[in-house]
Amino acid sequence: MHKFLIHHKGDQVGVATTDIIAGESVIGVYMEDDSTIEVRSKHAIPLGHKIAIVDLEANSPVLKYGIQIGYTATGFTIGDYVHTHNLKTARW
Amino acid sequence: MTNQLFGYIRQNGKVGIRNHVVILPVDDISNAACEAVSKLIPGTLALPHAYGRLQYGEDLDLHFRTMIGTGSNPNVAAVIVIGIEENWTKVIADGIAETGKPVASFSIERVGDLETIRRACWKAKEFLQAASELQRVPVELKDLVVSIKCGESDTTTGLGSCPTVSQAVDRLVDAGATVFFGETSELTGGEHLIADRMATPQLKEHFMDVYNAYVGQIKSQGVDLLGSQPTQGNIAGGLTTIEEKALGNIAKTGTKKVVGVLKPAEAPKNGPGTYFMDTSSAAAECITLMAAAGAVVHFFPTGQGNIIGNPIEPVIKITANPLTVETMLEHVDVDVKGLLARDMSLQQAGDELMDYMCRVVNGRLTCAEALGHREFVMTKLYPSA
Repeated sequence: MHKFLIHHKGDQVGVATTDIIAGESVIGVYMEDDSTIEVRSKHAIPLGHKIAIVDLEANSPVLKYGIQIGYTATGFTIGDYVHTHNLKTARW
Repeated sequence: MTNQLFGYIRQNGKVGIRNHVVILPVDDISNAACEAVSKLIPGTLALPHAYGRLQYGEDLDLHFRTMIGTGSNPNVAAVIVIGIEENWTKVIADGIAETGKPVASFSIERVGDLETIRRACWKAKEFLQAASELQRVPVELKDLVVSIKCGESDTTTGLGSCPTVSQAVDRLVDAGATVFFGETSELTGGEHLIADRMATPQLKEHFMDVYNAYVGQIKSQGVDLLGSQPTQGNIAGGLTTIEEKALGNIAKTGTKKVVGVLKPAEAPKNGPGTYFMDTSSAAAECITLMAAAGAVVHFFPTGQGNIIGNPIEPVIKITANPLTVETMLEHVDVDVKGLLARDMSLQQAGDELMDYMCRVVNGRLTCAEALGHREFVMTKLYPSA
């Protein structure tokens, strides 16, 4: 059973569809084509919150829905919890 | 879909799905009289609000448009208008009377509250009894004006409840209905997607002017918006940036061309189809404006569990967040959490929403109606004189 969903191929984050425990190996489903990936979470990620599925350096654009939703403040690596501490708006 | 719809056809041909007799205050100080009338004549509906004094210019135009539009909404059978003085009271009563529906107006100065209440109650009783005899008749999807706006959004709205609404929006527009979306600031990050859907280059330019003016006003305050837009509830639900929130929001707007850009509370004039309305992203303000433009039923996707309702326009809540379904069930009209578990298809979710909407059109009370949520909030553009 999957524990996170990814909107588009090329997105760097997925969304937890149930609470994820730190250290857990979890399956994510791409909504476009039902293909799956497996990621080991580095942190606890609550339902609805984001998990990194690729490594990204600081100041990189972050895509979700295939569109930029901001940029990395500090960079992140696969399995990281992604939220306001490491992802910032590019707009205001 | 074969569900037969039944609604109220008003004197101007517009179709309503509720049959309210509204007691409408022109201004804040007439609230008490309106509420007294609605208490003495149960079954009528007072709409108290905070404004209507010393407004001017565009702000006054918006006040009148919202008041007249609310009274003119096809979910309203008849209206009693009460104001402190007769001039602005008459402006609003005359505006509503253009629909052909029964309207009576009363002003309080030189009479006082008690005599005004007595006179208004006689008229309210007459209107209520007349409205009670009106019958629902067969209507069609094309007769509906539907508004959409989400709230207390989280990442599940973009995954589930907003795409569900999008399904319904496309089906409604295909059937010839009219749909409003708004939330100007909440398009930020995806405003290009909406601009590209404008039906003409002129509309696209107009939309971008409206968008830039609204967002320019926000930016001119020079403050960090994290916690306001996105809200604290959005952040608690996993939304991190305005762009992420906007893309989820836009996921509910369907895929059709946008045929008009409306001022707040402005009725559509370009025929059926999808319209953008320049509104706040605050739920009560936005829905009040959309109802004033003639919307008769509202789709409200929520993630964390916004509990909003509207006094004259039924609000249907849709959520895909399993925690919200579990902890706030009394507010959930349509549960699409199966979209997250992947055991429900988007098509099925759209079917469920359309079926539920038909039941609401035909008279089923939404959760917000049953729980007494009647948030009526006027939009104020700037301080009064």
